[in-house]
Amino acid sequence: MLKSFAHIALLSGSLFLSGCSDQASYSKGVYMLVDTSGTYTTELTQAQRIINFTLAKLNPGDTFVVARVDTGSFSEKDIVQKQTFEDRPSMANQQKRLFREGINEFIEDVKPSAYTDITGGMLQAIEYMNEAKSGIKTILIFSDLKEEIQAGYNRDIPINLEGYRVIAINVTKLRSDNIDPVEYLDRLDSWRNKVESGGGQWQVINDLERLEPIFSS
Amino acid sequence: MSSELFMIVPSAFFSGVIWFLALVVSLYLARTPAHYSIRALSRVIHNAMRLSAHSIMHAETQLKQRNKEVLLAQGREASERIIEREFDRIEATVRRDLAEYPAIHRMLTEEIDRIDDDYKDSTEAPPNPPGWVKAVEAVAKIPSKGDPMVANILEDIHGSLQKANDKTLVEYRKANQVRHNYLKNMMPHWRKVLNLLTHVEKNVSSLFTRSTSIDRHMDEYEGILKRTDRSEQMLSSSSMTQFFISGIVLAIAVGGAIINFHLIARPLSEMVGGTSHIAGFQINTVSALVIILLEIAMGLFFMETMRITRLFPIIGALNDKIRIRLAVVFITILTFLACIEASLAFMRELLMEEDAATRAILRGDSASIVAQSSYLWITTAAQMGMGFILPFALMFVAIPLESFIHSMRTVLGVAAVSCLRLLEWLLRLGGDIVKFTGNALIQFYDFIIFAPLWIETMIKHRQDQHGPLGSPEQSHAHTDTNIRG
Repeated sequence: MLKSFAHIALLSGSLFLSGCSDQASYSKGVYMLVDTSGTYTTELTQAQRIINFTLAKLNPGDTFVVARVDTGSFSEKDIVQKQTFEDRPSMANQQKRLFREGINEFIEDVKPSAYTDITGGMLQAIEYMNEAKSGIKTILIFSDLKEEIQAGYNRDIPINLEGYRVIAINVTKLRSDNIDPVEYLDRLDSWRNKVESGGGQWQVINDLERLEPIFSS
Repeated sequence: MSSELFMIVPSAFFSGVIWFLALVVSLYLARTPAHYSIRALSRVIHNAMRLSAHSIMHAETQLKQRNKEVLLAQGREASERIIEREFDRIEATVRRDLAEYPAIHRMLTEEIDRIDDDYKDSTEAPPNPPGWVKAVEAVAKIPSKGDPMVANILEDIHGSLQKANDKTLVEYRKANQVRHNYLKNMMPHWRKVLNLLTHVEKNVSSLFTRSTSIDRHMDEYEGILKRTDRSEQMLSSSSMTQFFISGIVLAIAVGGAIINFHLIARPLSEMVGGTSHIAGFQINTVSALVIILLEIAMGLFFMETMRITRLFPIIGALNDKIRIRLAVVFITILTFLACIEASLAFMRELLMEEDAATRAILRGDSASIVAQSSYLWITTAAQMGMGFILPFALMFVAIPLESFIHSMRTVLGVAAVSCLRLLEWLLRLGGDIVKFTGNALIQFYDFIIFAPLWIETMIKHRQDQHGPLGSPEQSHAHTDTNIRG
């Protein structure tokens, strides 16, 4: 008798709480694409700093994914580390430490790729983040934004970036950019058009000091 | 195109003049109904505003009456409480001190009996010299006349007399010493009597002080019952003071509650999670808020059961046994919550350390963790102490809260009366402005058509002089009436 009463009380309590609880998602989701092509692998230490910084800024319940950009990036195999942090802050801290260790191992063992499939990486990011159902979705692109697609790969497809914020970080200038800066500006413009036509917000951050505000929102 | 519509003649000036003349003539012809309309409109608005002002004044009077009732009722209740408390104290004093009075009286009687006995003992006369001494003395004074035998006898008598005298003197001294001893023995009894009387005097003067205080409160109470203006002013001023003082104390308590909130919100995320939301707020912050509100509620109920506050008459009306049991239950729950808070505060410190360590690792700076750890126990202890103390400190919010709620009724009433008075003044002012604006408009109307009016006056004046309409006085009066409408 007492047991059934306890069950009823628990059920009504949970129903009340589920009725009161807010279904909107307040969690952040960050998907970071790390360019591992050619000479850009020398910049990976910088990527490590950004990853650590991002880890420090994320809260329990947030999702963080780091994926490499290589010849064909539209693949789960390119995801280096992924984690949705636990509700409990202590558990989330442990997960952050493990995440960091995984990234360290990746940076030590990474091999440069021949091509740079950023679009494929972005498609993979969108697919993953839509599944994760994060409230605030951010794609960080750690690359010089020089895309090189292997022959036979179709990447001329529209990308739906509605509700996404795409931030290009550490967009280094290539030697050719130094000779003709228009090339660099055109590259940035083409990516801006691609993102904004897909409904996303575009931002470029080369000074890493300015990364702070993007996680405060 | 539109301006051409107004061109009656080619010249714009003459067209304007014609239009003006047409307007003046139209206004002159419509003068009486126009005056009537303006006056009627201004009167309608003026009367409506005056009526509203009157209604508001009535409402203000009722509100003032209600405020007075509330104020006097509160004052009466407060005075009754104070007088009741004073009587309780007097009862306690009487029960404690005057209950000892028979014992004190018996002690005093005993002491006085002892003093009396000692006094009686001390009054006993010293022993008299023997009765034959006078006879011997007379014989001793007989002159010996050179007879050696008589001289010897007299010397013997003298010697005996000396001895008897010495003996008497010794006995006398002994008797005096005994009397002095009796008197000396009286001293502690006197002191004891003095102490007892001082004690009695203190009790009596305490009662006297209390009775003076009761007299003062009774005077105030009588003033309240008689509904005197002085009592009302006094209570109103007291309510305002209470409102601001309790408001300040409540603001301080809110500060304490905020500190308390920050102390437990973070560690609660370990228990209930930090990602779920209720109405846009994180569930751990909502939980922290609920815990603090629970603590305040428990503190409030505890104060009620102790009859320190009287926010819930139903609790105060419970019988003493149940009330005390409830008080124990409330204080136990509060202590339990305080212990939870202390442990949460401890957990908070651990989490903060872990967070700092994780951040240091992510920064690649592990040296700072070791450098900080030597004095962290102080902050841990301080946080735990605060976590335990603050719930009990918040318990006392009940006292200013009660004052705030009670005085707020008066303050809100006074504020509402002021608002109504302001509204009434504005309506009266608006009504008067409309009335005088109507008069001014009539005057302005006549000013525009002054030319036809002047002609009319002249014609009437001439007609009056030639007499078909009657006497010049009647004509003037008629013109004035026309002008005034």
